[in-house]
Amino acid sequence: MERNQQLRRQLASMRQSLFDQGHLDEQFILLEELQDDANPNFVEEVVTLHYRDSARLITTIERALEKSPLDFNKLDGYMHQFKGSSTSIGAKKVKAESTQFREYCEAGNGEGCMKTFQLLKRDYATLRRKLEAYFQQALPGA
Amino acid sequence: MSTASSSVTVSDQFPAGLRVLVVDDDPTCLRILEKMLGTCLYEVTKCNRAEIALDMLRTNKNGYDIVISDVHMPDMDGFKLLEQVGLEMDLPVIMMSADDSKQVVMKGVTHGACDYLIKPVRIEALKNIWQHVVRKRKNEWKDLEQSGSVEEGDRQPKPSEEADYSSSANEGNWRTSKRRKDEEEEIEERDDTSTLKKPRVVWSVELHQQFVSAVNQLGIDKAVPKKILELMNVPGLTRENVASHLQKYRLYLRRLSGVSPHQGNSFISSHSQEPPYGSLSSLSGLDFQTLAATGQIPAQSLATLQAAGLARSAAKPGLPMPLVDQRNIFSFDNQKLRFGEGQPQHMSSGKQMNLLHGIPTTMDSKQLVNLHHSAQSLGSLNMQASAHGNPSGQSSPLLMQMAQPQSRGQILTETSGGQVPRLPTSVGHPILSNGAAGAMLAINGIGENSRGTGYNSVSQTSSVLNFPLNHSAELPGNSFPLGSTPGISAGMSTLTTKGGFQEEINSDIKGSGGFMPSYDIFNDLQQHKPHNWELQNVGFAFDASQHSNSLQASVDVTPSVLVNQGYSSSQRNVQNSNVSAMGKPIFSVGEGSEHGIALNVGQHLNSLLVDNSTRVKSERVTDTSCQPTLLPQHFGQEDLMSAILKQQDGLGPAENDFEFDGYSLDNIPV
Repeated sequence: MERNQQLRRQLASMRQSLFDQGHLDEQFILLEELQDDANPNFVEEVVTLHYRDSARLITTIERALEKSPLDFNKLDGYMHQFKGSSTSIGAKKVKAESTQFREYCEAGNGEGCMKTFQLLKRDYATLRRKLEAYFQQALPGA
Repeated sequence: MSTASSSVTVSDQFPAGLRVLVVDDDPTCLRILEKMLGTCLYEVTKCNRAEIALDMLRTNKNGYDIVISDVHMPDMDGFKLLEQVGLEMDLPVIMMSADDSKQVVMKGVTHGACDYLIKPVRIEALKNIWQHVVRKRKNEWKDLEQSGSVEEGDRQPKPSEEADYSSSANEGNWRTSKRRKDEEEEIEERDDTSTLKKPRVVWSVELHQQFVSAVNQLGIDKAVPKKILELMNVPGLTRENVASHLQKYRLYLRRLSGVSPHQGNSFISSHSQEPPYGSLSSLSGLDFQTLAATGQIPAQSLATLQAAGLARSAAKPGLPMPLVDQRNIFSFDNQKLRFGEGQPQHMSSGKQMNLLHGIPTTMDSKQLVNLHHSAQSLGSLNMQASAHGNPSGQSSPLLMQMAQPQSRGQILTETSGGQVPRLPTSVGHPILSNGAAGAMLAINGIGENSRGTGYNSVSQTSSVLNFPLNHSAELPGNSFPLGSTPGISAGMSTLTTKGGFQEEINSDIKGSGGFMPSYDIFNDLQQHKPHNWELQNVGFAFDASQHSNSLQASVDVTPSVLVNQGYSSSQRNVQNSNVSAMGKPIFSVGEGSEHGIALNVGQHLNSLLVDNSTRVKSERVTDTSCQPTLLPQHFGQEDLMSAILKQQDGLGPAENDFEFDGYSLDNIPV
């Protein structure tokens, strides 16, 4: 019992820090609210879906950024998709960086795009890692 | 009557159970939406590809109440899907996107989206989407009512329902009303609606013809409501009526031009929302009327023509049987006969409905009239209609066909590719042009009931029929022309609308002035009726046509057209012959009695067919060569035509009783 409580507290604090550090926003809470007995792992399911899909997009964008000259339209399109997906899970930082990236695309600022993308990738990886750890705790056996 | 209710299951727990189809290529969003919609107690189907979604919608015509789609999708632009759904199935479509820029939202509006949600979508936003379904149905009823209102007899005022229905906030009442509506004649409610709301204009074939003529005269780019109104010179018509009709027409034309080939088929059926005034439609409308007028197979040919025309414009080349989509329209089984919608799915984006599904709605009223007189006008009209940018010229060809005076019978063929046999369309009455025509017909039909002539009824019916399109608001087409023509009752009664359309038709035919019962269908139609329309009209047209005339030639229009719609002439068959002889259930109408009715099908096809058939009679009855062209695109017009023709012949004289006084099919330039 006490151990459970401890685990729960640990979990809660993990979760809270994600918010506090600005990685997640209210959208994540909305997802949690959708979770119910019928879909007890809903949040994790959605997050997993997101990472699977977005990983593909990250690779695509990376390749596109290696091209010369840069096709800003295409880049913007990919990032639009990526942003939509990130927004759905409440990935706050990543979403902000996506927006920034798109602005650079619009301005035709290749360097700005690349710099932003590096930041984005970093925050994306951080959040992913933290969420994986969180779900592992929250859903033993997950 | 009934039938309608079956398609729309409005249960007591509405909006619980609302059948939603959600389309989004992003799996994360899709899953979240699915969950949210499930929480709202909706019945959710998710899909990650637009093409797959369209297939699902087509195969299960009445399986969904509303569609939610993302804007940016890799395989198909969300707006395109929106248009298609609007045309083919006339379902309410909600767009969503993370993009909230004004332009994109505006695009959604212009393409006919009933709402636009910004991602991330909140569940609160989804909780109220049912209102769009209700609203649409309501509008359909209203349309039906409009056409029905012309007929004095059938109105059964039910104020309470209407009132309840109006207050969407009053869900409970709505449910009650809705249920009642579904179960009872919609006419009743419609009556109320009409009394409660300002009178809706029924864009009968005639009116639409006039409209199209006016637009063509001015030039589609320069056509402004005010000028169109002046040119049309129709008392009682307001600038607003014209404006909204013009908008639909434009969408329709745009859709025609931008429609991809495979859309062709859907055009006819999808015409529910707004009458895609593709050339097809106008043609068909004209033809129909003309055909109907002649009492020969006009209705059928008209339908066929229209269908063909529509099919063409819709650019759905792929459909061997363009009617396939139209099937939906015609298949009254579907209950959701969307008369208006059925047709031109391809046609305008989103909501363009062919007023005359069966009848080439694109035809300006003038065109329609011209049809009578000369196919040429049709042609030109079509051209004009298609001027917009009809890329494929599908519509043009159709129009062209119609217009050619010589080829009156050809109208059908022309639309389809020249095969349409010319139905001698002595269009006394305006041919049902696709949306408008239908509406007009309805009006005419209703009004003419007094005539009592076979033709009268037919023509009337046709007008009524034409509109079953689900247009929500503009299409008066909803009025189910079939019903209105009393004259046709003889024939009509035989109509065995599959989807319940029959009931209406029959009842109407029986002499009821108004074709009310059909409204139920319309409700159902909401979903996908448009398709049905197309076919039905076609079938109808054929039947009516003419036994005597051996429209065969003209009827070549692919029997498939007739068949598709399931509506199969049976409904229209007022006269008796269920044109279904075609082999495909569709129209059995045609045969003879129904000219008008067949036309109703709204589907251009029908009108085409009908027209053709009638025309063929006069012009060249055995213009078999023409046939297949009727519905070149969508349907195998040839098949339809032939089917129709066959039916007609087979039917015997009874069917060809239409005496379309009004419509001189001869004139229909096939």
